[in-house]
Amino acid sequence: MARAVTPRRKFLVTLAAWSVALIIFFPVLWMILTSFKTEASAVASPPQLFTADWTLENYAEVWQRSDYPRFFWNSVVLSVGSTLLGLAFAIPAAWAMAFVPGKKTKDLLMWMLSTKMMPAVAVMIPLYLIFQRTGLIDTKIGLVVALMLMNLPIIIWMLYTYFKEIPGEILEASRMDGATLWGEIVYVLTPMALPGIASTMLLNIILAWNEAFWTIVLTTTKAAPLSAFIASFSAPQGLFYAKLSAASAMAIMPILILGWFSQKQLVRGLTFGAVK
Amino acid sequence: MGKIQLTKVRKAFGEVDVIPGIDLTIENGEFVVFVGPSGCGKSTLLRLIAGLEDTTSGVIDIDGKDATALPPAKRGLAMVFQSYALYPHMTVRKNIAFPLKMAGMDQAEQDRRVERAAKVLNLANYLDRRPGQLSGGQRQRVAIGRAIVREPAAFLFDEPLSNLDAALRVGMRQEISELHQSLKTTMIYVTHDQVEAMTMADKIVVLNAGRIEQVGAPLELYNTPRNLFVAGFIGSPKMNLIEGAEAAKHNAHTIGVRPEHITVGDGPWEGVVGLSEHLGSDSFLKVAVEGLGTLTVRAPGEVHARHGDRVRLAPAGKIHRFDANGLAI
Repeated sequence: MARAVTPRRKFLVTLAAWSVALIIFFPVLWMILTSFKTEASAVASPPQLFTADWTLENYAEVWQRSDYPRFFWNSVVLSVGSTLLGLAFAIPAAWAMAFVPGKKTKDLLMWMLSTKMMPAVAVMIPLYLIFQRTGLIDTKIGLVVALMLMNLPIIIWMLYTYFKEIPGEILEASRMDGATLWGEIVYVLTPMALPGIASTMLLNIILAWNEAFWTIVLTTTKAAPLSAFIASFSAPQGLFYAKLSAASAMAIMPILILGWFSQKQLVRGLTFGAVK
Repeated sequence: MGKIQLTKVRKAFGEVDVIPGIDLTIENGEFVVFVGPSGCGKSTLLRLIAGLEDTTSGVIDIDGKDATALPPAKRGLAMVFQSYALYPHMTVRKNIAFPLKMAGMDQAEQDRRVERAAKVLNLANYLDRRPGQLSGGQRQRVAIGRAIVREPAAFLFDEPLSNLDAALRVGMRQEISELHQSLKTTMIYVTHDQVEAMTMADKIVVLNAGRIEQVGAPLELYNTPRNLFVAGFIGSPKMNLIEGAEAAKHNAHTIGVRPEHITVGDGPWEGVVGLSEHLGSDSFLKVAVEGLGTLTVRAPGEVHARHGDRVRLAPAGKIHRFDANGLAI
């Protein structure tokens, strides 16, 4: 099965990996380069990858024209809040499904996942009306709940997979050793599932941070996070690509840095169970 | 201290009666082995006693108190699992101390008991390692250590040696027997390996399809099996079972002769040697005898019989007789 890795093969595989990575990263790179261009060179035809007149003006103007720290803070509250709230529901749910499964557990899991297959726009009007009538439009608490609901199936699925990896006999051993349900969860299950819980948290913070559809639909100003902040630069005076790029770069930078530092944990978490 | 009594204990999974109803008494200090083929319900029975499965009906008494509805933690029993089930994120010391910590014991007493268990089990040098850094035999010792520190009313062992290699298994078997000699605590041991059952048990419970076929001391089961199932299950190689005219001569539907109770040389039965296995101490011969079928013969020492040789055989020990229902006569 294992074939010898010749230097030539290694070179080709590395080249392929870099090519794919560059293709994926290119739009982000383009955006970052554009953010340092003047508006004129940003829309130059034919497009220029590099320009002679680099400028930081776009960043300065975006910073001045809007309240970046407020959007940033809203993003933090919404992504972290919705993830923690999601974990509070998902840990007990995943525990029950992994360790005391019933006849319909598999169906229940599939049903939860199927809600992610439905286009979000299908529930936009009902959800908007519910939010409007309960006064939750443009509130952080409303958005936290909405984002939590969007990501809950993924959180439960991920935790379920991690919990399934923990041998049931170890939990039974803790019961024989006199642990209560609480002791079992605190001293045995959680420490053993901690890498999984951590990567679930990270992935969901990233998903919630990048969520644009619901945050734009359900907020106006007070609870708007960075994804809405980007959108506010696309209207109504027309498109200013350089400024839009600067705003986008500022919006994704915090999560990019978080992702960069936690990538080891994320990769381990996402491949957990696939590679043992 | 560790008397366990089962009264009409029944377990059903959905529509299937895994254990249709068992009555059994395990005396204090006894070493009892549950033995039977895979799927006979022996592990389920152990898990019912442990409290890891709920009984469908019936009563489990531990030390004279009804424990049927108690959770595992409240039954005062310790269990050693087939997979060892150690906590991978804790050191050996913390693994062994875990039940003491759960019981809220003070740190000094915890340390004292862990040190003592480690000494008994030769683990003193490994206390600060994690289970992942230990060999199979050492892990098994940690699992036993975790069980003994609690000073439980009884130990439950669920096929504890099946993951070890053959040489280690013999060693651990002796260690567990010695542990029983020194602790004198009730032990219930589940295995499918009848050699473990015969060598370790005070009392063997032979299970088949969720029912008890026979309860007795090892040699009692060997010498006077109550039915065909026990006759065939206890003893290695298996007892030869013969039906038809030869059985009718003994006024039985079936007769059973153990391989070690047949001599080669002279006798009423004549056959052709098929397979012959020479172990040095013993020789096992498979002999096809006209009218009787293939008989297994265990001859002491070296017997010079080869494939295709004709030999004569004689029964030279107890002949077990069974009626048409398979019960001993």
